[in-house]
Amino acid sequence: MEPLFQAMPFTGYVYPNETVFAWSVLIVVYPYLTGLVAGAFTVSSLYQVFGFERLRPVAHFALLSSLCLMIFVPTPLLLHLGHPERAFNAMLTPHLSSAMAIFGYIAAFYVLLLMLETWFVFRPYIVQQAQARRGPFGLIYRIATLGSYDVSERAMQHDRKWIFALAVIGIPAAHGLHGYVGFVFGSLKSREWWSSDLMPVIFLFSAIISGTALLIVLYVLSCWLRRVRIDLACLKGMGYAMWGFLMFALVLEGVEFGALVYRGREGIEIIMEFVTGPLVVPFFILQFTVGAVTPILVLSYLFWRGTIGTRLAVGIVVSALLVMFSVLMMRYNVVIGGQEIAKTGKGLLAYRFELFGKDGILAAAAVVVAPLVLLSIVVQFLPPWHDPEPAKA
Amino acid sequence: MTKGTAMADQQAPPQQKPGRRNFLSLLGAAVGTGVAAVAAEAAPKPAIPNYDWGEHQWGYGVDATKCIGCLRCVEACKTENNVAGDAHHFRTWVERYVYLEGETSARIDSQADPVNIAASGSEGKYRFADRYKDAKVEKAFFVPKLCNHCTHPACVQVCPTGATFKTADGVVVIDHTYCIGCQYCVQACPYGARFFNEELHVTDKCTWCYHRITKGLNPACVEVCPVSARIFGDLKDKQSPISKFIKDNRVQVLKRESGNAPNVFYVGLDKEVI
Repeated sequence: MEPLFQAMPFTGYVYPNETVFAWSVLIVVYPYLTGLVAGAFTVSSLYQVFGFERLRPVAHFALLSSLCLMIFVPTPLLLHLGHPERAFNAMLTPHLSSAMAIFGYIAAFYVLLLMLETWFVFRPYIVQQAQARRGPFGLIYRIATLGSYDVSERAMQHDRKWIFALAVIGIPAAHGLHGYVGFVFGSLKSREWWSSDLMPVIFLFSAIISGTALLIVLYVLSCWLRRVRIDLACLKGMGYAMWGFLMFALVLEGVEFGALVYRGREGIEIIMEFVTGPLVVPFFILQFTVGAVTPILVLSYLFWRGTIGTRLAVGIVVSALLVMFSVLMMRYNVVIGGQEIAKTGKGLLAYRFELFGKDGILAAAAVVVAPLVLLSIVVQFLPPWHDPEPAKA
Repeated sequence: MTKGTAMADQQAPPQQKPGRRNFLSLLGAAVGTGVAAVAAEAAPKPAIPNYDWGEHQWGYGVDATKCIGCLRCVEACKTENNVAGDAHHFRTWVERYVYLEGETSARIDSQADPVNIAASGSEGKYRFADRYKDAKVEKAFFVPKLCNHCTHPACVQVCPTGATFKTADGVVVIDHTYCIGCQYCVQACPYGARFFNEELHVTDKCTWCYHRITKGLNPACVEVCPVSARIFGDLKDKQSPISKFIKDNRVQVLKRESGNAPNVFYVGLDKEVI
């Protein structure tokens, strides 16, 4: 029989109950997914709201990516709950002093917002397909029109206003959603590793870079799969965004880490033991050097040299992959790392991965891959590649 | 006692749903943050025969100078409350602090330490191994630990459903029929007092044996302590053991800086006690 729990080995003194980690890799995946949502939405908004024309080729794709990812955001939480069937208790009787109680509302609101914006953006295409197609797919499109077949210029103008408004509301919603995730950790006073006012902002900036990086990778992958030429101006635009935000993220993390060490409050000895021991590989080497400094150097070089063509594309994609990995490691180092430092301030625990089981690596990986599978299906029904609004200025 | 339903059936006041009531009462009003944290104060009295929770305010004392580390309290608690019999789930535990000659900080372990388990022969048996017998011990003492039933409990603050709440008589309990098992409260507790009950898939913790104290009995750990290192009573009763304990001693609490305002009062702590 599978053991009911896994106890982690420790050194020094840890409270007996701490040997079973409350939060597993699933809770690493949860902020990772919400971060990708917020980041992808940012890219979409850069076009829809801020008029970054060069991002037009990915704007709608970014919106669909955000939607598909968001649909799966609650899954790691549900998988992790002891009683997932009671999950709605948090929405039916929210305990208003709890950061987590508000999640259901923010998430539900944001999913609705994304669906609405997607509907407006793809409405002309949906109407066209509803009129052209027969059979079950035609029926799906006809239902998706919600009875509205008006694609006149006047209606389109109306739609554009809605899209703009939703995109504007979506910016604080997406960033609020992710900033709130940072607050879930940063507001806890029980762990020095988490307890930081900067946590929400750090989560936010890492979210933006991870979402942009994901779009870079998915966009290039989609071009390759569809045998379409990559719009290098667009790709470079996303590269710039990632590069700039990455520097912000690094500065913020540096400031937070520096302050933690410099303040040197109670328990700092064990934190230093952690930082100079078990954290060297996951933090300094993987998250910081490989995942953050390397892409900054690569991108800086590419932009400085004015590299074009395939080399630029490869450079940006490799950087994006590294950034995605870095942000995943950041989530890991926060969620798991925080629990590896005992609340006693006198001991360290070592997280042991589970492969199978609902809190295992495979489950977590499945949760990350599932939205991408959904996205690959959704783009068949709502192709974001060409501009679905012919009249769009 | 019915296995595995300790708090839901017998300890948590049965009428408790502060979150729900709180939500309804707030529907008409402006939603303010932090309001729900004090929801329990407005909760109706539980249907416990001959018990009025408005008449009591429970408190707990630990005289660390008396504790001999016999661990009968740990054993009694596990039995009384059906706590899993392994080395990773405790509603109460005992820490041993040992200063060896020439060392400036204490060596700390609890009954859950692998060395002590090896000495007892089983995770379900509790014993402190004589691990320092060949060293020169300068100072050594034991510190019993348990949930502090804080006045401002961080665990209650973060609970998304209101399943864990503070009763009017000052006890932090969990409604096992309403807890979703997110373990946010486990993270929030600075004392490591909470754990996940793998059998019921909910979080679990000390209730000061609410099912006993509401019948006029002592918590099991207090009952079995052979040296009266654990003290329990009603703070509203000036003649109760706890009131006298606080009055007669200079008491301390653990991690005061957390702002949780613990209600377990200690005598005989040391700078090393965490």
